[in-house]
Parts: sequence; structure tokens; C-alpha cells
Amino acid sequence: MSLFLLVALPFFGALLPGIMNSAGRSACAGVTFTVSLAAFVGLLTNLPAILAGQTVMARIDWMPELGLNFTLMLDGLGFFFALLILGIGMLIIVYGRNYLSREDNMGEFFTYLLLFQGAMVGIVMSDNILLLLVFWELTSLASFLLIGYWKHLAEGRQGARMALTVTGMGGLSMIGGMLILGQIVGSYDLSVILQNREAIQADPMFLPALILILLGCFTKSAQFPFHFWLPHAMAAPTPVSAYLHSATMVKAGIFLMARMWPVFSGTPEWFYLVTSAGLITMVLGAVIALFKHDLKSLLAFSTVSHLGLITMLLGTGTAFGALAAVFHILNHATFKAALFMSAGIVDHEAHTRDIRRLGGLRHLMPVTFTIATVAALSMAGIPLLNGFLSKEMMLEEAHHTVLFGSHWLVPVMATVGSLFSAAYCFRFIGHTFLGPVRDDYPHKPHDPNAGMWLPPALLAVLVVVIGVAPFLVQDFVFLVAKAVMGDAAVLKTKYIKIWHGLTPALYMSLIAVFGGLAVLMLFKPLSKIWETTPRPEAKVIFEAMIAAFVRLSQVLTHPLHNGSFTRYAMIGVIAMIAAGYHAYATGTVAAPVRAIQSAGPVPIAGWAMLVAATCGLVIMHRQRLLALILIGIVGLMVSVGFVYLSAPDLAMTQFTVEVVTIILLLLALNFLPNQTPVESTTLRRTRDAVVSVAAGLATFGLAYHYLLRDFIDPSISEFHLANSYKGGGGTNVVNVILVDFRGFDTFGEIIVLGIAALLIYALTEALLNGPVRRRLLNRVPDQPRSGDMHPMMMVVVTRVIMPVVLLVGFYIFLRGHNEPGGGFIAGLIVSIAVVMQYMASGFSWASARLKYPYHGVIGAGVLVAGLTGIGSWFVGKPFLTSDFTYVRIPPFYKFELATAALFDLGVFLAVVGAVMLSLESFSRLARRADSAENEHPMDIDPSRAVSAEGSTDMKEGN
Amino acid sequence: MELLVASAIGVLTTAGVYLTLRLRTFPVILGMSLLTYAVNVFLFASGRLTIGAPPILSDGATTYTDPLPQALVLTAIVISFGMTAVVVMISLGAYLGSDDDHVDDPIEAAGSEVRK
Repeated sequence: MSLFLLVALPFFGALLPGIMNSAGRSACAGVTFTVSLAAFVGLLTNLPAILAGQTVMARIDWMPELGLNFTLMLDGLGFFFALLILGIGMLIIVYGRNYLSREDNMGEFFTYLLLFQGAMVGIVMSDNILLLLVFWELTSLASFLLIGYWKHLAEGRQGARMALTVTGMGGLSMIGGMLILGQIVGSYDLSVILQNREAIQADPMFLPALILILLGCFTKSAQFPFHFWLPHAMAAPTPVSAYLHSATMVKAGIFLMARMWPVFSGTPEWFYLVTSAGLITMVLGAVIALFKHDLKSLLAFSTVSHLGLITMLLGTGTAFGALAAVFHILNHATFKAALFMSAGIVDHEAHTRDIRRLGGLRHLMPVTFTIATVAALSMAGIPLLNGFLSKEMMLEEAHHTVLFGSHWLVPVMATVGSLFSAAYCFRFIGHTFLGPVRDDYPHKPHDPNAGMWLPPALLAVLVVVIGVAPFLVQDFVFLVAKAVMGDAAVLKTKYIKIWHGLTPALYMSLIAVFGGLAVLMLFKPLSKIWETTPRPEAKVIFEAMIAAFVRLSQVLTHPLHNGSFTRYAMIGVIAMIAAGYHAYATGTVAAPVRAIQSAGPVPIAGWAMLVAATCGLVIMHRQRLLALILIGIVGLMVSVGFVYLSAPDLAMTQFTVEVVTIILLLLALNFLPNQTPVESTTLRRTRDAVVSVAAGLATFGLAYHYLLRDFIDPSISEFHLANSYKGGGGTNVVNVILVDFRGFDTFGEIIVLGIAALLIYALTEALLNGPVRRRLLNRVPDQPRSGDMHPMMMVVVTRVIMPVVLLVGFYIFLRGHNEPGGGFIAGLIVSIAVVMQYMASGFSWASARLKYPYHGVIGAGVLVAGLTGIGSWFVGKPFLTSDFTYVRIPPFYKFELATAALFDLGVFLAVVGAVMLSLESFSRLARRADSAENEHPMDIDPSRAVSAEGSTDMKEGN
Repeated sequence: MELLVASAIGVLTTAGVYLTLRLRTFPVILGMSLLTYAVNVFLFASGRLTIGAPPILSDGATTYTDPLPQALVLTAIVISFGMTAVVVMISLGAYLGSDDDHVDDPIEAAGSEVRK
């Protein structure tokens, strides 16, 4: 299967569980399982190539300028991880189906799970490190959703937030590291980076890059000191824990360290940082795990410990270490997933995960007991189970590792870690399953149905099979280890076997197992000591740090951002004036080259009206209705100015927009106070006036300056004028620019307009369904209402001219390509025609005659415009390439058919829909306010009187 | 002519800025509308002023005005309607919700706790 499909499958599949949710829980889980299975099978189709030692590649250029390409690579390492992700994923899906209760939204759960799965598969298959970062962040987000899946649990939400914060911060630093790495190599492709070991290690930026990338890995893989988020993530449902914290999420950091191993390993920086972090994490995690009473917490810290073990192995930088790390990744995934699932079963059946309240479960849950015991013994490192093999190899490696000049430091620490590891494994078995049966379980436990125990049982079988017959997986592990190390792989062949003779590793192993048993014997006194020792609580420290950051940001932002809009506006205006002045004072001023054009009396009169209306507006703005009339005059004069200055399209647009804006403001004024009270002091008004005059002078100066000068660079307008007819097939250059040359801009604009209208609709809905509703219903109009709400004259006139206006709109639309007009203007004209019906005949009368909701009209408009653009793909042209032709149908004249007209139709529809939806929303508010609703379009209608003559009473207008 | 247009832009800006600095929503909306006019005319004028030469291609005409700013301003006018409508709706919602049409909303010092 194509690698693209493999990565895309879980993402597309994530759409399905939500849809299948109503079909039942099994259907929902079934479809999820099928998606994973398909991806799994697809992965296996690549197995022959992998076994042949090939690397499967797939590449699409995304943004080659940035070095960001959708390049996928599947080699042994990626295949190995993908196998774990998809294989364990399927088991988790089966388990999760049976684990989640009826109250849990299964569709949501599986959607998140598939998103996560897709992101993980993406990480392990990315060849481009920028692409890898995208998937890396996606796993952080998806795991946030999964960990916080039980939204009703505060711990779940907090755990999810902590995980996101820690891994997100790590992700950020990793972006920095990856960018440095890309800069050093000159390519963001992993396959190239991995070939440049010498160049990278010699670069002065090597250490920063290494540290930044390791921060990402350590946070993701919960390495000390970032280990604290993992136990808190245990508030997630157990299937999530089993999936994220055994085989996937926390292994992502390990994966990346393994992936980067060829370029980073072997340097002292890598060795000291990675080995010591791993060693500390391993011992610390093991010790804490022993004293945890919560089954899942115990497993969480044991995961931390085992991740430390793998990290340490990778840190040593030897071929043997890498081999052991790969093998342990496989073994850990099998036994830890089985253990998490077993813990989930215990929790599910006994309703508690507290070890102190458990014990004796082997009689009640024999199946679970068997599975958990096999897995736990494997984790403890008991022979004939797979954990023993890789632990042995780890001890062997530790035996040869010299850290900080000491020969005994690593072996002793490794033995201590293994000892505690064995101890908590024994405790897990002993205190949960062994001992006498109790009668105080919160719920009488018994073995669950097969759906729940089969997945861990399968893993337990694997544990035994690998443990007894390691040669079965040996070749595969070697293959993966070779992929980790690149080509320079020097491995002792046939190392993985059960008996090596009396090696130091065997003695260390014996010490660990028997020491672990001894520690468990002494558990009670040790536990008392542990409880009384003061320890730093990571969660408290974390929250204190977050609180400190919040305070810091408040200290920084509150003085600046204090909620006063006036203040921001003032600061903005002054800053702009100052910037303008700076440019003026430091730049050079060229001499004017354009002659001033003389103005006749008509332009001067128009200018005078505009200035008078503007000044009047400022002086009388407290009378709000008057202010509206004055601003209408201003808008009108602006349109007239456009006509005069050779911009007929602008004039028509401005004029029609003016009409709808005034209607809108009138509707709003219906609710707002009619007067603005005097609040600011004279001083303040003077200050504002000074700032405004300065701003006005500045814009005046700037405008006057450039009006008298020519363009510095030649304008691209000439191109548009020259090609409008030849290339676009229209003589109205403005319209051709809108629908053809800059069609993509226009496409964006109608979408913005549509979104604005939908926003208004949403706000109205929120208002009408919120506390405002009652206020609106009880509102007493502040002015007496007209007795004749729907005057007959107006109703008749608007209806008579409706077809005429529509015809005008149609005409304006059609001629738009060659004469002033087009979709924008036609849309506004048609909107005005419809608005008039609302105004004259009332809201309910008009909306009852509305066939298509305005949302749909907006959507249709965007769709028509978009499909027109897509149409050009079918002839092999880029998006929105237009075409036109001339046809003649006798007896008509020859006329033009252009795809641009279709695009303009989309613009038209979007404008009609957006304007109408906005105005309709406003009038819906008004409708709620006036409870008296009109039944008829006219309050006084003579024809009604005639028809009602026969009936008993005659309706009277109200 | 240039003087008239430039001064009109200046006057519209002055009035717009002054009204934008008022304390109630309605004058602020009016002020922003005036600023919209000013900006649109300013952008339009960046194509320089031409009288009697609309950008409609015809056989007789020899000069045309600059069509590009016109196309930009045309969409700007329509978008500004959308913007005005949204701002009006927000201010209306705020007024209906709190019976207060002030634009300034000082942050209370106490209301800034870390959300748990």
C-alpha cells in the first residue's frame, strides 16, 4: 500500500466513528477496527521490501521553498514502530469497546484514538523533519484529547493539561533544534541528514541542536526531570493508558532518539546527557513505583523506569546498546500493554485500583491472574519470558559502560534499578492476586468477557513465545537495529539467546531478582520510611510555576491592556502619526510633477456638502438619528465623488452599501439610546480634538503629497488595461480584475463576508436564547409607535417595484463584465429589493415567503464560485483560470459566454445571502421586542374588508 | 481638484478619529464608518485622480484611469459593510446584556485568578 494512503488512512478513518456512533457501540468499534486493520495490512504489504533491506520512499513537494516536503520513508525502524502502533492499536480497540461504559461517547473516543494513531504513524514514517514536527505536535494534541477524555474528572482534565504543557514545550524546543539541524545540513530530509554525521558533529551549533532536540525527546518519553506528567496522565481511561504509555506516545521520544542515533551518538555530549538522564530515570522510576498503591500509578512509574532503561541503552552509543534498546522496546510494548489492560480489568471488575484494598484475586479472576502474572514476571526479568532477554542484554551493556570515569557506577545503578523493578513486579502480583480472598472489595470481582481478556492474553502469549524462542524474532530485531545504526552496523550475530553461560550479567540479574524478593518481604517497614520521608511533589511545583507565569504575563499585559478601547485607539493613532512624522522627517521629498487639475463649481459644491455634513456630524453626534442622516449625506457625497473621478463601479457600490448600512444602523438604533450623554470633560474633548486634527492633517498631507507625484515604480495597472479584453474577455477592467485577474482575492472576500454574516446570525441566536431574551420581550419602546405599522402605500409600491428592481439587478449583473456593474453591485441591489419587502410588509410576512434560507444562499454562492474555480482543473489549468467564448444564437446578436460570469454569480449569491442574513438577524431582535405580530402585510386593507363582509365580525387593524 | 480630495480625506479622518475616541458605542461606530470612507477614498486616490476616463475599454478612448485601486476599494466597501454589521451586533449585544453602551471595560484587579 502506498505510504501516503497508510498515513492518511487513520486520519480519514477518524471521520467514521462519529458517524457510526448512532449505529451502536459495536458498529462504532468495528469500523474503527477495520480502519486499523486496513492500515495494518497495508503496512504488511511493505514487509517484503523491508526484509530485503530496502527503504520505501514516497514524496510530494509541498513547500519546496521552505524545505518542507511531504516525504515519507519506511525502513526497518519505521516499520517496527508502525507495527507496534497499529498492532497494539487493534488490540486496544477491541479492549476499549468492552471497557467503556454506556455513558461514554464511543464515537468521540475512537475518533481521538484514530487521530492519535495517524499522528504516530506519521511520526515514524516522516522523512522530512518539518513534517515530523507537524505529526509530533499532532500526537501532543490528540493525546491531550485522549487523556482528558473523561471530561467530568478534574484529575483527567488536569492530567491532560499537564501532559500537553510538558510535551508541548518539549515540542517547541524540538522545533528549534530541528531548524538548527536543517540549517547545518542544508536539507530537512532525514535521509540527507543521516548521511551528514561528520558535518553535524563538527558544527559549532551541534550542542544547542542536540539539547533542544533531546528536550523534545525527554519530555515526550517522560525522562527525568520531566517524568512527572506521565503518572498524572493515568487519569485517562485505561485503554488510553495502555496504548499511549506502552507502545506509542512515550515511545515517540525513544523513536526519535533512535532515529537520530547515527548522527548524534558517539559524541561525549550525547553519551553524558542521554545515559545519565536514562540512568537516573530508571532508578528513580523503579523506586517510586514500588511505593505506589494505585495499580496504574505503579505501572506508570514502571513505564518511566523502563523508558529510562531504553534511553540509557541508546545513550551508550554502542551497536550492542542499540540492539538491546530495540529489543527492549518490543518486549516492553508487549508486557506493559498487557499489564495496563490487566490493571484496567481489575479496576473494571473490582471497582478499585488501590493495591491495599485488593489481594486474593487469583481465585476470583484466574484468567486475568495468569495474564498479569506472565507479563509482570517478564517485566521482573524472570527467565523464559521476553523481559529477561532484553534485561540481560541491558545488564551486559551496563557492565561495559564507564560513566564519569567510574567502572562501577552504571552497573550498580542498573542492578539497583532492576532490583526495584523486580520488587514492584512481585508486589503487583503478590498484593493484587495472591494472599487470601477478602470480603471487602468494593465490587465482587470476576473474570471479564473474552473481549477484554483476549487482547492482553494475545500479548502474554507473545511474551512467552519470544521468551522461549527468541530466534523467531532475532532476525527482525537485527534488521531494525541495523536501520537504527545506518549502514555502519557491526553486530555480533546470534546474540539473542537464553543462556550465555555464567556472565556478570547473570549474577547481576540474580542479585536483582532475589534482592527484589527481599525488598518485598521488607515492604511494610520500607513503606513506613517512604511515607515519612519528605519528597518534592511534582504537581505542586508544576502548578506553582504555571501560576507564576500567569502572574508574570498579567503584570506585563494588564497595564497595557486594561480594557479601555479609547486608550488603545488613542495610542494607535498617536503611534501612527509619530511613525508618519518620522518617515517625513527622515525621508526625502521629491518635487511635485503632476499639475493640479482645476475644479469647477460642481466639485466644490460637493466638497462643501461633504465637509459641512462631516462637521455637522461631529457637532451634533449626540442626536443619534440626526447623526445617521448626516452620515448618509457623507456617504452620498463620497459616491458622487467616485462618479466624478471616473469610478462608476465604486459609486454604485458605495451608494448601495450606504443604503443597507443606514438600514442596519436604524435597526440598531431602535434598541440603543437615542442620545449620547455628555460625559467627557472639556479638557478631554480638547485633547481628543488636538489628536484628531493632527491625524487629519497628517492624512491630508500624505494624500496631497502623493496626488501631485507619479508612481515611483511603474504600475501593474497597465498590464490589466492591456489584457482585460484580450485575456479576460471584458471591457470593464475593474470587473475583470475582480472576477478574473484577482479572482482568488475575491473568492476570499466573499468567504469573509459570509463568515461575518454567519457571525451576526450566531450572535443573534446567542442573544435570543440567553438572558437578553426576557429583557427584549419586556422592553417598552422609548418612543411611541406609529399606529400604521405597515402603510398600504408603501406595501403596494414596494411590491410593484420589486420585479422592476430585480430586473435592474439582473441587468446590472449581466452587463457587469463590460459596463459598470457586476455581482457585488447586483447583489446589493437585489438585497435592497428584498429588504424593502421586510420593511413594508413586516418580518413574518416576508420570511414566510422565503423559500431558501440565507445561510444556504451564502453557501451556494461560495460553492458556485469555488466550483467555477475548480472547473479549470479539469482542463489542466490552475485554480480559477477563466475562459470565454462568443456564441451567436439566431436571431440574436453575438454574445459572450465567460466562466467569469459564473464566478460572478457566486459573488452575487454570497453578497445577497450575507447582506440579507445580517439584516434579517437584526430584525429578528426587533421582532422579539414587538410581541404584536402582523398577520397581514397591510394593517388596513380594503380588499380584506370586502371578503370579510359575509362573516360575523370584521377584523380591525391594530 | 487634488486639494479638494486630499482635504476631504483629512476632514473625514479628523472627524472619524474624534468620534472613535468617544466613550459610547454609537459614536464610535459612526467614527469608524467615517474612517472607512477616509481610507477607501485614500486608497482610491492612490491611483491618482482622473476625470472623465473610466476604466471601461472603448475604441475611442485613449486614456483610462487606474483600475487597480478601484477593484481593491470595491471589495473593501463591501467588506466594510460586513465589518460594520458585526461591530454593531456586538455593541448591541453588549448593550442589551448589560444595559450599558460604554466602549471601555476596565479589568477588575480581583478578577484575574488562575483558573484551576
